[in-house]
Amino acid sequence: MADTMNFDLVSPERSLASFAATEVQIPGSEGDMTAMLNHAPILTTLRPGVLSVKAPDGLSEYVVTGGFAEVTPEGVTVIAERAMVKSDVTQEDMDGIVVGAKVALDGANEATQDAATKTHADVMALAAALGLSAA
Amino acid sequence: MPNLSDLKNRIASVKSTRKITKAMQMVASAKLRRAQDAAQAGRPYAERFNAVMAGLAASVGSSDGGPKLLTGTGSDQTHLLVVMTGERGLCGGFNSNIVKLARIAAKKLLAEGKTVKVLTVGKKGRDSLKREFADMLVDHVDLKDVKRVGYDNATAIAQNVLSRFDTGEFDVAKIFFSEFGSIVNQVPTELQVIPAKFQSTIEEGTVYDYEPSEEGILADLLPRAVATQIFTALLENAASEQGARMSAMDNATRNAGEMIDKLTIKYNRSRQAKITNELIEIISGAEAL
Repeated sequence: MADTMNFDLVSPERSLASFAATEVQIPGSEGDMTAMLNHAPILTTLRPGVLSVKAPDGLSEYVVTGGFAEVTPEGVTVIAERAMVKSDVTQEDMDGIVVGAKVALDGANEATQDAATKTHADVMALAAALGLSAA
Repeated sequence: MPNLSDLKNRIASVKSTRKITKAMQMVASAKLRRAQDAAQAGRPYAERFNAVMAGLAASVGSSDGGPKLLTGTGSDQTHLLVVMTGERGLCGGFNSNIVKLARIAAKKLLAEGKTVKVLTVGKKGRDSLKREFADMLVDHVDLKDVKRVGYDNATAIAQNVLSRFDTGEFDVAKIFFSEFGSIVNQVPTELQVIPAKFQSTIEEGTVYDYEPSEEGILADLLPRAVATQIFTALLENAASEQGARMSAMDNATRNAGEMIDKLTIKYNRSRQAKITNELIEIISGAEAL
C-alpha cells in the first residue's frame, strides 16, 4: 500500500472532503501540478478546473472555480471558492460559472483584463472537459 | 372594575398572543440549529484562509508598495461603515445593539472630523439609521428574499464595497455585526476589513514556495478575504438573530403566561364578586318581603 497524506477540500459553505490520499492533481493557475507525500511546501492559486484525488480506494474528482491550495509535506488543503463533486455538476451549475466569467470579462478594466480573459478561457476549457456546453 | 366579558376577551387575546410567540420561538430554535450548523461548517474555511493570509501579509505587508487593500490608502479620512442587521424585528435587542454600536462609532468619527459613509445590509439597520444619517447612507443591500445566506451574497456585498474602494470613495471600511456567543449572549462587534488585519488562530511555521509570486497571490486573495470576512459575519449574524429571537420569544411566552394567570385570577374574583353581589340582592330582597 502506498503512503498516504491528508487531503482536505473546504469551501466557504462547508467542508467537502477530508480523507487520506496518495496523489492530488491540482489545477494551479500557472499549470497543473501533482502533489504526493513529502512534497515541498507550496502555496498556489487555482484556476477553474478539475481537481482529481487518488486515494487507496479509488479516484475522486471535484470541480473547483478558484481559490488556493496549500501543499505541505504531510498533506494538501484545497481552499476553493466553489467546489462540487465532478459527477454532480449539472449544465445549470456550468451555466452559472460561465455567466460569472463572462460578466467578469465584460466588466474588466485594463488591470484585470488579462486575468479575466484567462479565467474565461479556463472556464471554457473546463466546460469542454466536462462535456457540457458553454454557451 | 372591568366587566366580565372584557376580561374574557383579554384573556383570549393574550392566549392567542402566547400561541404566536411560542410558535415563533420554536421556529427560531429550528432555524438557529441550521444557522449554527452553517456557521460551524464555514469555520474551517475562514480559519485556513486567515492563517494563510496572516502568513502572506506578514511577509509582504511590511514592505512599501504592498497592495492598497492591505496597507491602506495612506489616509484615514473617509470611513465606510457596513452595518449588517436582520431583515425582521421581534428579536430582542439584536438589531438595536448593532445599530447602537455603529452609531457610537459614527459619532466618534464625526467628532474627530472624519467623513463617514454608511452602507446598510438588512432592512432594520437602514430603518433605524436613515433618519439620523440620511445624507451618509450610500447604499443598501437587501437580503429580504434570501432564505439562507450563501457565499454568493457575501461576494456581492464584497464586490460592492471593493468597487467603491477602487474608485477611492473611502479609506477605511469596518463591518458591524453580532457575534454569536450563545442563545442568550450575542456580542455586537466591529471589525476592520480594509485595510485588512489578519489574526491567525493557527500557528504558521512553514516557509512556502509561492506560485505565482507572493504579491500575485496576495493581490488575488485580498478581495476574497474581504468576502470571507463578510461571509463569516453574515453567518454569525444569522445565528445571532435566531438566538436573540428565540430568547426574546421565550420571554414573551413566559410573560404572556404570567399575564394570563393574573387576568384569570382577576376574572374569577370579579365573577365571584358579582355572584356575591347578586346573592346579597336576592337575600335582602327576600328579607324585605
